[in-house]
Amino acid sequence: MKNRDTISKTKFMEELRRYEKGSVTRRHFLGVTGLGAATAVMGAAMPGLRAGPAFAQDIGDRVVLATWPNYHDTANFDAFTDATGAFVQVNVFGSNEEMLAKLQAGGSGWDVFVPTNYTITTYVSEDLIEPLDVSKLPNYDPSAFDPRFSDAGTVDGTLYAVPKNWGTTGFAVNTAHDGGNALTTWKDFFDRTKDDYSGRTMVHDYQLTTIGNALKYFGYSFNSVDENELADAEKLLIEVKPHLFAISSDYQPAMRSGDAWLTMCWTGDGKQMNSDMPEISYVLGAEGGEIWSDYYAIPKGAPHSDAAYALINHMLDPQVNAREVLAHGYPVADANTNALLPDEIKNDPILYPAQELLDALEFGAAATLTDPNRAELLARFKSA
Amino acid sequence: MTQRERNWLLVAPAGAWFLVMLVLPLSVVFIFSFGERGAAGGYVPAFTFEQYANLPARLTAFKNTMILAPLGTLAAMLIAYPLAYQLAVRTDPKWKNILLVLVIVPFWTSILIRSYAWIFLLGGRGIPALLGTFGIEGVRLIYTPFAVLIGIVYGYLPLMVFPIYVALDRLDNRLLEASSDLGARPLATFFKVTLPLSIPGVATGCMLVFILLMGEFLIPALLGGGKVFFVGNALVDLFLQSRNWAFGSAVAFTLIVIMLVTVTIYMRLIARLQTGRDDVSVM
Repeated sequence: MKNRDTISKTKFMEELRRYEKGSVTRRHFLGVTGLGAATAVMGAAMPGLRAGPAFAQDIGDRVVLATWPNYHDTANFDAFTDATGAFVQVNVFGSNEEMLAKLQAGGSGWDVFVPTNYTITTYVSEDLIEPLDVSKLPNYDPSAFDPRFSDAGTVDGTLYAVPKNWGTTGFAVNTAHDGGNALTTWKDFFDRTKDDYSGRTMVHDYQLTTIGNALKYFGYSFNSVDENELADAEKLLIEVKPHLFAISSDYQPAMRSGDAWLTMCWTGDGKQMNSDMPEISYVLGAEGGEIWSDYYAIPKGAPHSDAAYALINHMLDPQVNAREVLAHGYPVADANTNALLPDEIKNDPILYPAQELLDALEFGAAATLTDPNRAELLARFKSA
Repeated sequence: MTQRERNWLLVAPAGAWFLVMLVLPLSVVFIFSFGERGAAGGYVPAFTFEQYANLPARLTAFKNTMILAPLGTLAAMLIAYPLAYQLAVRTDPKWKNILLVLVIVPFWTSILIRSYAWIFLLGGRGIPALLGTFGIEGVRLIYTPFAVLIGIVYGYLPLMVFPIYVALDRLDNRLLEASSDLGARPLATFFKVTLPLSIPGVATGCMLVFILLMGEFLIPALLGGGKVFFVGNALVDLFLQSRNWAFGSAVAFTLIVIMLVTVTIYMRLIARLQTGRDDVSVM
């Protein structure tokens, strides 16, 4: 494997990864453009980049992964390419709806994708997801996983998906502007937006979380599809809209520049911002909110099925998985991986919140994803 | 082969392209617009006018588009005209090509990257911070309709400059001399001769920019912060988020109809303007 041009290949790979990181990390940026495939083109344009295979079996020259922004340690992909000869082509997405839309339209060309817990039953009923053959995933140790974060992968006794990471949806707040009066609830989030955080707040461009958290303001379920409850949430959102800085899931740049002071936020983004700017803290609304779990799965008709299994198996290796956590700041439910993580990560209140805060959280529901009324509500809110 | 057959052969590639890439997809959109949304999204065949009846739900998107697209076109035109005039009439011919290339250079970078860059220019640490050093505090630019307008003018300016440039470049200098000889001041010459003769270029530029702006979604999404909602944004959400293909098709078809009507009226007006100005033409 150590041939003469190994170094230049590696260097070239690093450059490519840097390109990926620099241009394709923004959830919203990609959400609105659908151009996550830009990196895929980069990858496809360079068949000569493959390292020599040292893998027992030839799995082909590439594997296509559809995933979320800021969600991998690219060194792990390079190690996979070195070991198997298959290049990992990464497509980044903005929402589960968008992933579902691409798979429904057909011809996605993906080998592996990363659905969130509440979407899996829909993929099964729409016949878009392949049942997993556990014998091809020797690194998958079901007993090591906390079942709360792994059971959505099994539908009617069939395993369709194995857990990647879990996390929460809370809010990030720049505490330099709170006047010593900390925000702790979703009620604070919306009330303070109308008050001292006016013009500085961002909400996700995503129906599940934006509507869900507005529902929590009233103490309703995050997943409610009840007409009256949704009407209350809509009233609140439209009332708050003039005070919003933006409706966007690309909140890191504005929070970091100081333009925005308060935003709905996912665990890893909260961790990444808090590490660089300690005045930005990550808060779980006391009323509750969302807890979620992402999975690795294989879509029906994946063009490189062997490579798909090889990649998932590689990512489930606890050593590899631990490096992932250190890179992106999202917790895992795998005890074998957690055993390898340093204590400061395991005791980090952003990654592993206190139990009473977790208890109040709800997993998103399948009905929430497909409910047409919630989608229409968000459209009305955005165009109001 | 007869002349007639040769003619058919010559238009065949364009005709096939037109059929496969335009007529067929538009027919699909038209048919889908009478369908229904599937339970998990997508399209279920049906024959209902429900989607069209639901159009008022996107009224604001249509309103925003119908206001900002013409406004953006007008702003681009007002900025492009003096630039094109300078390039075509006032610039030394040896600099012309270099300056023209400079107008095109931005096109070498994706509109996506260029629009994204404006987020940082208009953000709190960009232009507002600069204004702050001059004592103008508290200016908010990013995520406002004004930011969208800036993005539109920036993105579409070259499309406006070129047709106007071409029209002005072909301007016959003898006409200007004649005007001057007959006692017209430079300003009168501009309004009576130069401007009317460049109207075809202005009309082409406006139409190019206007049509593209009607379908715009990227600039409002990036620079409007999700608060400036165009029909294009409504369509992206309908197809990628709520996956309501039927309603999305109805919105898309309505947009096409509005565009066709607007452009037809516009062309009629321009044609009338042209014939009314026959008196200044010597050709």
